[in-house]
Amino acid sequence: MELHEDLFRHEAGRMTAALTRLFGMQNLALAEDVVQDAFCRALELWPRRGVPPNPAAWLMTTARNRALDVIRQQRTASTFAPEIARLLDSEWTAAALVDEAFTPALIRDELLRMIFACCHPDLPESAQIALVLNILCGFGAPEIAAAFLERRSAIEKRITRGKKVLASTSRLTDLRAGDLAPRLAAVHRTLYLLFNEGYHGSSSRGVVRAQLCEEAIRLVTLLGEHEATAVPATFALGALMLLHAARLPARLDAAGDLIALWDQDRQRWDRDRIAQGRALLDRSASGTALSSYHVEAAIAAVHVGAASVAATDWRAIVELYDQLMVIAPSPVVALNRAVSLAERDGPPAGIAALQELDGDDRLAAYPFFPAARGELESRLGRTEAAARYFEEALRLARNDGERRFLERKLERLRS
Amino acid sequence: MAEFIYLYHNTPQERDAAMGSPEAAQRNMTRWMEWMRGLEQGGHLKSAGQPLEKGGKVVRGGSGKGIITDGPFVEIKDVVGGYSIIEAKDLAEAAELAKGCPALDGPNGAVEVRPVMKMDF
Repeated sequence: MELHEDLFRHEAGRMTAALTRLFGMQNLALAEDVVQDAFCRALELWPRRGVPPNPAAWLMTTARNRALDVIRQQRTASTFAPEIARLLDSEWTAAALVDEAFTPALIRDELLRMIFACCHPDLPESAQIALVLNILCGFGAPEIAAAFLERRSAIEKRITRGKKVLASTSRLTDLRAGDLAPRLAAVHRTLYLLFNEGYHGSSSRGVVRAQLCEEAIRLVTLLGEHEATAVPATFALGALMLLHAARLPARLDAAGDLIALWDQDRQRWDRDRIAQGRALLDRSASGTALSSYHVEAAIAAVHVGAASVAATDWRAIVELYDQLMVIAPSPVVALNRAVSLAERDGPPAGIAALQELDGDDRLAAYPFFPAARGELESRLGRTEAAARYFEEALRLARNDGERRFLERKLERLRS
Repeated sequence: MAEFIYLYHNTPQERDAAMGSPEAAQRNMTRWMEWMRGLEQGGHLKSAGQPLEKGGKVVRGGSGKGIITDGPFVEIKDVVGGYSIIEAKDLAEAAELAKGCPALDGPNGAVEVRPVMKMDF
């Protein structure tokens, strides 16, 4: 029996979810101890006896038994979840309650509850993301630090502080009541940022980074499965992720370097993901509110629907960017709009749109701003100007992947 | 072929760190499974052995004769987390084989290699 490479990460989130249902969010550390305990048992037994036929179920059973021990030993010393503390007092109801907490449907609800708990309004977005990755996705501080190019100690602090805030929320979020709606936007945003960090992130390599997209898709799928969170914006966000993720296989070359959309081998796009993304986009087309996720997903859908760059419906894409500039204006959206405009109306129109963004300090350190200008200058045959812009972009490159990508552009220009 | 016993030593801190995050747990599990599989495929694994429980008692002799204490696990830094029984040509080979053990990944980890005495009578 082989070990699935994400087994421990995925099960850690599910086990913690079931255990915090029993112990209460204020005992999150206790829940994590029980998870670690189950992992230690596995490490002692599996290498000697072999991996059990259903390793996930084995871990769950071990955590369940350990939870019952903890409840027996500590029920007078600790205060568990207030809603169920009374039931844990009796041996008979305690066992039934522990079993119930480990049923798949309740684990799913509990995971959902934890996503919302992590997106606590008192926490900055960076802490929300770190908590989601740590508690739900099972990444440790070193892995998160590597993915976000930050110091391990900084991430550790962020997680510790975040967990303190979570521990202070003793009441469980009620999935059916109005508890979810006010935080849903923050949850969407956190998952969106998580996906983006994996897709466009500032660090080009690292084991975790490639998995961030998968984790974001996993969690947004979970949101789509529960009636309380299965709203149009959730489906739009899911569509956006899937339609982008469909292009992942063609986005890096054999050496791990970035390949621009213009040069990607479209045969390598993931057809299943495209179909899933389109289905979600259809489901998102209800209700009256048009979110930025709808528009971004629609743009991604136009791209994956085109056989080539030339065959792309740039008219539709420019219109969608115009819409996005109304709902969620940002300099990066404006930059993308300018690039699309150049495809629709020719390089001079693109350059004019880029010039309007000159001096925006939010783009001052963004390498793809000068790179876009360089690209358009080179199409007009103004090689020297193009090289100047690419050199500037190269100075701003944030990692080796971007650096090599821009160096290749420069080489091609000079040859 | 002679028989040897491997005693896997570790400190509680290292043991916790090894399983401190699911990523670490995954890494360690993979390492330990490869280690055991390697011994087995090389025809060196007589018995994978057993893990040892964390707690226990020590009965002392000498001036404190008959006194039962918890430990040595609290007082002494290193604990034996488990054992395996190995077949090797000689002590040198058994010791050489032990170099690949994941117990050595931490700075305080150790594998104690002890020949099992032959009793031919």
